[in-house]
Amino acid sequence: MSVVEVRDAITQAHREEWAWLVATLTRRFGDLGIAEEAAAEAFATAVERWPADGIPPNPGAWLTMTASRKAIDRVRRENKRDDKHKEARMFYDGDNDDPPEPLGAIDDERLRLIFTCCHPALAMESRVALTLRMVGGLTVPEIARAFLVQETAMGQRITRAKAKIKVARIPYRVPSSGDLPARVSGVLAVLFLVFNEGYLATGPDTEPIRHALTAEAMRLTRLIRALLPEDGEVAGLLALMLLIEARRGARVSATGELVALHQQDRATWDAALIAEGHRLVRERLAAAAEGVAPGRYQILAAINAVHTSAREAGDTDWWQIVALYDQLVRLDPSPIIVLNRAIAVAELDGPEVALAAIDRLDDKLAAYHAYHAARADLLRRLGRGEESRAAYDRSIQLAGNTAEIAYLRRRRDQVE
Amino acid sequence: MQYLVSVIYDKSDLATSDEMAAIDVFNERLQAAGHWVFAGGLGAPDTATVIDNRGDEPVFTDGPFVESKEHLAGFWIMEAPDLDVALKLAAEGSRACNRKVEVRPFL
Repeated sequence: MSVVEVRDAITQAHREEWAWLVATLTRRFGDLGIAEEAAAEAFATAVERWPADGIPPNPGAWLTMTASRKAIDRVRRENKRDDKHKEARMFYDGDNDDPPEPLGAIDDERLRLIFTCCHPALAMESRVALTLRMVGGLTVPEIARAFLVQETAMGQRITRAKAKIKVARIPYRVPSSGDLPARVSGVLAVLFLVFNEGYLATGPDTEPIRHALTAEAMRLTRLIRALLPEDGEVAGLLALMLLIEARRGARVSATGELVALHQQDRATWDAALIAEGHRLVRERLAAAAEGVAPGRYQILAAINAVHTSAREAGDTDWWQIVALYDQLVRLDPSPIIVLNRAIAVAELDGPEVALAAIDRLDDKLAAYHAYHAARADLLRRLGRGEESRAAYDRSIQLAGNTAEIAYLRRRRDQVE
Repeated sequence: MQYLVSVIYDKSDLATSDEMAAIDVFNERLQAAGHWVFAGGLGAPDTATVIDNRGDEPVFTDGPFVESKEHLAGFWIMEAPDLDVALKLAAEGSRACNRKVEVRPFL
């Protein structure tokens, strides 16, 4: 058996089995930390043994068995050290007045794991780190690099989150049906945050687009989609990610500069991802036609579907985009949504109308680079060069993405 | 499993009669559902005395152990099977007493 074959088999098993392994071990041993360590040890053993012994016929079963043995060893060692550990077990399902979601399509161990990692009692940054570690199988150094945090700090963040889950008894279960929509939306927020950090990386020393993060976010969203196929917002978020990811190749120029949507070479967009995204959007439109009100991810996906349907930037159906933003503003009147709506309005009603709408956001968005970039562009179109340059300057000061800063600098220098 | 639900407040005024009535209703619900362990309101921080008896003799200090804008105004101790249940109860408690609350597990 070749080294490459073994390595590929381990990589594949890691991608397919990690979350399931951590989830079933957590359920069995009642402790997320033990599950995580035992799963990691099982993979380390596979790296040692598979080259000599060969790839087992059922890698998943082999890993489960090996990890269970490691977990039992660990529990025994800890029990010897401290009998109290026997009591410190995680709590899941059943023993509660609140009926859990009926089993069936969503009775997957991995869902319990995802809902626990994305629990609202944990800080957002802890939810992100824990989800990438426990569900995504990323190592602590990988997550630390992804978020430009020191490895020890990231390790502490994850350790602290695990300790809180255990001590405060964050339950290991799928939320009851009444809580499910809010909790699913919490999970999606975590995944969208991971995706966005990959799509528009904020660090001064990172690649402008970090495919590893967008790919991981999409993989986990696909997993949730498989586990919750009926959830419209899950489908919406997946479609949104696919339609954004499809444009990745066109978003940064050869000189490392961000390319605005209307200037992108649409021939380089990924047709397969766009087709898949459009299929999901159509599925959600059909549901909306039957009276299921779409959530924000579905509307955002629909906006991106309109963009990706236009052969040329000039063919873009701005009327439909503004109509979708109107729908979104009714759902979520946050200033960033209002800003994006105004940018679309500029294409329909002209820059003057849009600028008036944007200027009303000043007290809320003065620290947001995209607000100043949007103003700068509108002022340029209105021939107010000096104000435009000042707005570009402000935007450059606040922007974090290297490719975006390069783009904004060039735009500023082109203002007449 | 028991949780301490602390009531956090930044003024010295006591609960209004409306708030007291809502707290009573909530407490009765806690008792009926088996979540009640104990609860009480506390005097203002300036009624506190700090005692340190780690040395030769006890030292008494007038005032709270930490000066802060917000203080502990009262608390519940609740019985709940897990944090999800405790958070739901705490949310109801916050609504009833019209103040922020903090949930912490007992070890």
